[in-house]
Order: sequence, then C-alpha cells, then structure tokens
Amino acid sequence: MSKILIFAEANPQGLRRSSLELLHFASAAGAEVSVLVTGSHGKDLAADLGKNGAQKVLVAGDAQLDMYQPEAYAATLEAAIQQIKPDVVLGSASALGKDLFPRVAARLDTSVISDGVEIKLAGTQVEVKKPLFSGKCFAQAQFASGKLQMVLMRANQLPLLATPNSKTPEVTELKVPPVDLKAKIKSLIQATGNKMDLTEANIIVSGGRGLKDPKNFSLLEDLAKPLNATVGASRAVVDAGWASHSMQVGQTGKTVAPSLYFAVGISGAIQHLAGMSGSKVVVAINNDPNAPIFQKATYGIVGDLFQILPLLTEEFKTVLNKG
Amino acid sequence: MSVFVCIKQVPDTETKIKLNAGSSGIETNGIKWVMNPYDEFAVEEAIKFRDTHPGTQIIAITVGPKARAGEVLRTALAMGADEGVLVDAPENLDPAQTAKILAAAIAQEGAAELILCGKMAIDDQANSVPQMLAENLKLPHTSVISKFSESGGVAEVERDTEAGAKEVVAVTLPAVFAANKGLNTPRYASLPGIMKAKKKVLKELSAATLCPDLTAAVTLSKYSLPAEKPAAQIIPGDPAAQVKALVQKLRDEAKVL
Repeated sequence: MSKILIFAEANPQGLRRSSLELLHFASAAGAEVSVLVTGSHGKDLAADLGKNGAQKVLVAGDAQLDMYQPEAYAATLEAAIQQIKPDVVLGSASALGKDLFPRVAARLDTSVISDGVEIKLAGTQVEVKKPLFSGKCFAQAQFASGKLQMVLMRANQLPLLATPNSKTPEVTELKVPPVDLKAKIKSLIQATGNKMDLTEANIIVSGGRGLKDPKNFSLLEDLAKPLNATVGASRAVVDAGWASHSMQVGQTGKTVAPSLYFAVGISGAIQHLAGMSGSKVVVAINNDPNAPIFQKATYGIVGDLFQILPLLTEEFKTVLNKG
Repeated sequence: MSVFVCIKQVPDTETKIKLNAGSSGIETNGIKWVMNPYDEFAVEEAIKFRDTHPGTQIIAITVGPKARAGEVLRTALAMGADEGVLVDAPENLDPAQTAKILAAAIAQEGAAELILCGKMAIDDQANSVPQMLAENLKLPHTSVISKFSESGGVAEVERDTEAGAKEVVAVTLPAVFAANKGLNTPRYASLPGIMKAKKKVLKELSAATLCPDLTAAVTLSKYSLPAEKPAAQIIPGDPAAQVKALVQKLRDEAKVL
C-alpha cells in the first residue's frame, strides 16, 4: 500500500480547503494517510483531520513554528518524512508550500512537481498533470522510481468527498530540535483588500483598462461583495499603478482556476488569457465586440460596463438574497 | 565581493505555444527568446546593490543550451552585469538538476555575498530553483521578495505571501533571494551598454563536467494543449435585459452560483 504524507495548512477558521482536498484524494486512493500539522494550534486540528481520513497525525507544536520560518519548517518536514517514510509527500501550491517543498526536496536529493492540477496514484507512483506557460500547455510529470515524490497541488482542483472516510487517528507529537535561523521573520504586514488569494478563489471579478480610472475599481468591489468574490486585475492596470501586483492575473501574475471568472473591461492579451484559462465559466463584459476576450469567454455582454456593473451588482444582491 | 544573478532564457510571453510532432515538448522553431521577466528584477537589484557597495562584481549565470542561451547573458551585461557565465546544458532540466548545476558553478566561481534569482521561470513554473540552490549551498533564502535593503551584512526583505500580505524577514548574508514583480523597475539596456556587452567574452562551463552524475528526478511527457472552448454566447438586449439573462444563465445553465 502506498504511504502518503500530507503537509496540512490551517487558518484561524480551521483546515484550509486545499489541505482537505489532498486528504480526501489520498484517502479515496486507498493510501495509508499521515498528516503533519505545525504550530501551537496544530493539536486542535487532529480530530478534524481524522474525520477527513487521516490515520496518523504528527503534531509539531513548537511555538517557533507559529510563523513560517523556512529553516525551522524544513527541519520539521524532513523529520516527519524520516519518521513516516512515505512514498509521496503532498502539499498545496500555496505561498508556504512553494517555498518549503523545494528546500526539503534538495535536502533529500529529489525534486518537486509543483502546480499540479490532476493527480493519479498507480501503485506507489504518482502521475501529475501540470500547466506550463501559465496554462498555454500542460504536461504529465512523473518521478524516477526510488525518488521521494514531493508534489504541490493547486487549490480547487480535487473534489471533496461528500462523506469522507472518517478515522480515529493516532496522534503523535513530533519533536524537532530548535534550528538556528539565519532568515527570521520579524513581522507580518496584513493585507488590506482581498481576504482570499486569487489562486484559491472560487469567484473572481477582474478589471482592466476599460475601467478608465483607478477609483472605478470600487465598481468591481461592489460586485464582488454579494458574490463573496476576490478582485483581480489585468497587467495593464497593475503596471499603471491602479492595482497591486498581488491582484494581477496572467503569465507574470497569478494563474487562477475559479469556477466563475468575470473579465470586465479587459480586452484579453495572450498572457491574461493564459492566466485565466483554468476558469470553468468566464463572463466577459466589454464595449468592443471584437475584443479577443470573447473568444475565451462562456458568456459575453457587449456594452458599457459603467451601465452594466451597477445593474449586475443589484441583480446578484436580489437573486443571492444578500443585502 | 561577488553578487551572482541566476537568469534563464524563456520564450517571450507573447508566444503562442505549439507542441512538437511527438507531443514530447513544445515546438521551439520560431520562438523569440527573452530573459525570464522575473529575472530582470534580480539583475536590477544586483545593480542597485553594487551602487551602494562599490567594488562589487555582478556575475550573471545561466544554465541552458550553448547554441542560444548566451544571448540572455548579453542582455544582463548590457543592463550592467560585469561578467557572464554560460553553463552548457541540455533542454528541459528538472529544477533539482538546474539547482545542482548552479550550486556547483557558483561554488567554483568564488564566494558569493548575495545570490539573486527570479521567483520563477515562466516556462516550467517550478518556483523551485532558488530554494533548492540555497539548500545546496547551505545558505538561507527568502523567496518572492518585493523589497530589499541591506546593512552590516544583514538584509531586510519583504516577502509577498497571499492576498497582498507580506512577511518582513531579516536574513544574514550570504543568502539567496528570489525576486517578485514590484521589487524595482528594471532598467532598459543603453546603446553603449549593448555595444560593450557584445564585446565581452562569456565564460563557458559545462553541466556534464560540473555534475557528471546528474539524473532527472522528474520527467515531463505527454504534452497537451488546453481544450478549445466554443466562442462566447453573446447576450443580447438592453443592459437591464442582458443582466437578468446573464444571472439566470449563471444560475440555471452554468450552475456556478
């Protein structure tokens, strides 16, 4: 039986959905599922991890791990791998996962497959579909036999099971000697706008040059509210300083995969189309009927966004019953 | 004092990607190769560092096929790098291989005070080489930085995490940093810079000599293009009718609400 170790991430609300997706995948694939959680609240997650299929939970509860310190986390994940001896280590392609996994992979003389969008387990070997060029093409990635398989999956790609394979997990504390940190986090600067990262968002409303003025982003924020959506932007408006780089969708920004993507006043440069290509349903609103965005959209409205957006916001409020 | 900047030659972001005949890779004929956009921020930051640390040598290094990859070093030299090191290597290395080759080359070329990379290459999107390189050299790292300053051998950087949040990190040099967009505004190469860069001799190394036992831990195969989507259903009518129809379709037809 294949042994899978999952590096789980949580936020103050509990386990992140992306971590649950990994857990459900591993347990549905019939693997022996162990989970590593970190930080002083890690032990509170054990029961929830069990409900979602974890057979073993390793809690690295040291307070040094309450913030992401790369060297301390690398030592912790390495220790968990030594203890579990997994065939596969799964994590989310999050800011943390993308920083941590490559460092540990180099230490253990293997590599990382990052940004996975599909994963299959055959025996102990995984086959992972991953995008290249922000989704302009894809490839199947596989590890050479005998190598520890470290894989980072994108959020919102794997289904959650309606009834997870609930277990009563064996919980052990993972003690890791303190690490001398040469890179040390001093403080955090909280985000002011979006609450969720674009890469995790289920609904995104993105704006481009058609908004004409940075203050008109408020129209997108109004639309985002009833939908509980995250606001994105095109490269043109990020370069113009209307929106921060963390909001940019495209080949030099975020590659996104929401179920619903609104492209408002975005003509559709090839780099933007690549970044949004993982979206299930795309709505384009643009006054130019020949804009390339309409070639990649599911639904199109040709019209004046300044008329359409306020009406659309009101309609969503009514239909979704959210004041 | 040496600053290494690790750069990669990638297809221009305007490129329409096509697959090769056996779908074992992309069709590289006709591609316009450029410096990976994130690496431009790394080169610029190295030049800014040299401005405040006179005597610093900036060494641009790339790993790639000799037939084309040297050109990206000329771009870095034209921007202001002092030297270029071309490590000849096959196409499509796994990031772990690239990181091993870079570590061996940098160790051979001398003590580095600072190593700068782009946060990821836009072709294989591995986001891995800077962190792996740091581990191979037993140095600390910070990835995805949008602010850098240094004083007394300690760098203070800001790392972009998620949804616009940042971490402020103090890092003892030498260290590896991976640049995000927003770190600086990369300069354009000046004409005299371009002329001067053309005359410089690149140092050539070979991956096979630096790392003779290199094998890939990960291989990519069975390349595919995204499924073609039909063109958009254009919703007719006046704005009020368009909005009503759209919301109804999103709810009842696409079922995404």
